[in-house]
Amino acid sequence: MNFIAILSIFVMACFVGYYVVWSVTPALHTPLMAVTNAISSVIIVGALIAAAASESPTARWLGLVGIVLASINIFGGFAVTERMLAMYKKKERK
Amino acid sequence: MALLAPETMPEPALAVPVIHEVNPWVALAYLVAGVFFILALRGLSSPSTSRQGNRFGMAGMAIAVFTTMLLKAPVPEGQFLPEPTAADLATLVQILIAIAIGGGIGFVVARRIQMTAMPQLVAAFHSLVGLAAVLVGLAAWLNPGAFDIVDTAGQILVTSRIEMALGIAIGAITFSGSVIAFLKLNGSMSGSPIMLPGRHVINLGVLAAIIVLVAAYALSGAGGPGEGLLIVWITLLAFIIGFLLIIPIGGADMPVVVSMLNSYSGWAAAAMGFTLHNTAMIITGALVGASGAILSYIMCRAMNRSFISVIAGGFGADAGDAGPGVAKTDRPWKRGSAEDAAYLMKEAETVIIIPGYGMAVAQAQHVLREMGDQLKEHGVSVKYAIHPVAGRMPGHMNVLLAEANVPYDEVFELEDINSEFAQADVAFIIGANDVVNPAAKTDKSSPIYGMPVFDVDKAKQVFFIKRSMGGVGYAGVDNDVFYMDQTMMLLSDAKKMVEEINKALAD
Repeated sequence: MNFIAILSIFVMACFVGYYVVWSVTPALHTPLMAVTNAISSVIIVGALIAAAASESPTARWLGLVGIVLASINIFGGFAVTERMLAMYKKKERK
Repeated sequence: MALLAPETMPEPALAVPVIHEVNPWVALAYLVAGVFFILALRGLSSPSTSRQGNRFGMAGMAIAVFTTMLLKAPVPEGQFLPEPTAADLATLVQILIAIAIGGGIGFVVARRIQMTAMPQLVAAFHSLVGLAAVLVGLAAWLNPGAFDIVDTAGQILVTSRIEMALGIAIGAITFSGSVIAFLKLNGSMSGSPIMLPGRHVINLGVLAAIIVLVAAYALSGAGGPGEGLLIVWITLLAFIIGFLLIIPIGGADMPVVVSMLNSYSGWAAAAMGFTLHNTAMIITGALVGASGAILSYIMCRAMNRSFISVIAGGFGADAGDAGPGVAKTDRPWKRGSAEDAAYLMKEAETVIIIPGYGMAVAQAQHVLREMGDQLKEHGVSVKYAIHPVAGRMPGHMNVLLAEANVPYDEVFELEDINSEFAQADVAFIIGANDVVNPAAKTDKSSPIYGMPVFDVDKAKQVFFIKRSMGGVGYAGVDNDVFYMDQTMMLLSDAKKMVEEINKALAD
């Protein structure tokens, strides 16, 4: 993909992000931060590529450490978001 | 930028980017992952759809990870399934072990963390994203071939150099800034601002140096030893600037800082996505970047402060000190008891509860909900009012009340409930201070002037739980609400006071 194609995706995604995030209810801003944390760890993709390539041992180790860090975030972020969201309950109608 | 490459790199004039055939299925899978991440955030528009949204997030992540793993497994011609060698399998095992270690740590932390400690946890998570971005950037620099960012002469492309260097720089700032934010939020480091002399000059100088180094690295030619030094310097300086940026910012401004670092972690991921030409990473980076930026904006607006003034730091320096307002505590005020509060609230028709950071510190959310339940049994309508900057991160109070089983439809935002104070019998303030200070509406000289506040002065009766009369809010200003005729100060630890009120209500 050339730079302009990638830039286009990026700019469009910024707009999507802008509108989607404004529609998030303020009550869920803490879960929003936790889940954005989890999904930004998609950076693990880069760490996987580094860890799978054999040319540079140092890069491999950097990749493996990166995988550990990103995994903490992915599992921790989604789990803590799930835990928080499970607590939000509506009033019981009697 | 790519167009400039032949001019800026005259040496290998014929070197052109290698166009790699991207498997359309792979590109599609990453796109689907990106769309799932959008749906994950979309789900948060209401608590009822939020858990489904979180599942979308998990599915998107699983797609991205499996696609990357399959991509790296060689598939022989004419076969559908990959045929991995022994070395490939060994690598796979290492990777799975790394995921298991990280996943295990993350999972245990997520299960055990107390809800009041959520701001620290989020700051810690941000630091990990930042550090991971730095590591991936350095790995891409050491082994550019694996990331498909070299031209035919084996040189890293100019655009990739810029993206990579920026990714490393933003990641490093996110890391060191988040570590400081974590230490401050966790109480391991004083929350009061640390002001270095001439810090604005130092900060701008370091930032300018980073930009110059990124440019120098982008334009540098063959990979000599100097080239490596540039990347090392960019990384080091970025670590330093992250540290310098956060130390002068006081505890009360932490909601803005945490949101800002959230935004940075997104931009770091996006920069890496540019380097890797990965749509899932770019979409996610843009979403997270936008999310953090919007939250920072909401927080700044709720304090009527400009983003620049928050980043410049120093606010809240007088917290707890004898500020100019304290001399005024000679003014008469009324002290109430738990029994007074219980009696008056039982007789009330509507009670609006305003929780603040003090409630979180005292862990009073559970007893507060019990109080609400008891009042409801007496036929009182109970509502909770939450200011956008209450607590140490956006939505902090909402999570604590949810944890204490307060239904979310009893919890209201500032602009939705503020008009109801005029009809309310009781405003019950627990652990909040600046967000109810009428000086924000009237006193132009006040540091919090212009900040939207709750109109508690319009309520018929105000109860104000506070440790003592000596201390002032984080902004270091006196609060006229203390001295109003209808105010009763309940001086005690928040949790102890509410427990006593509960006992009095039960009698």
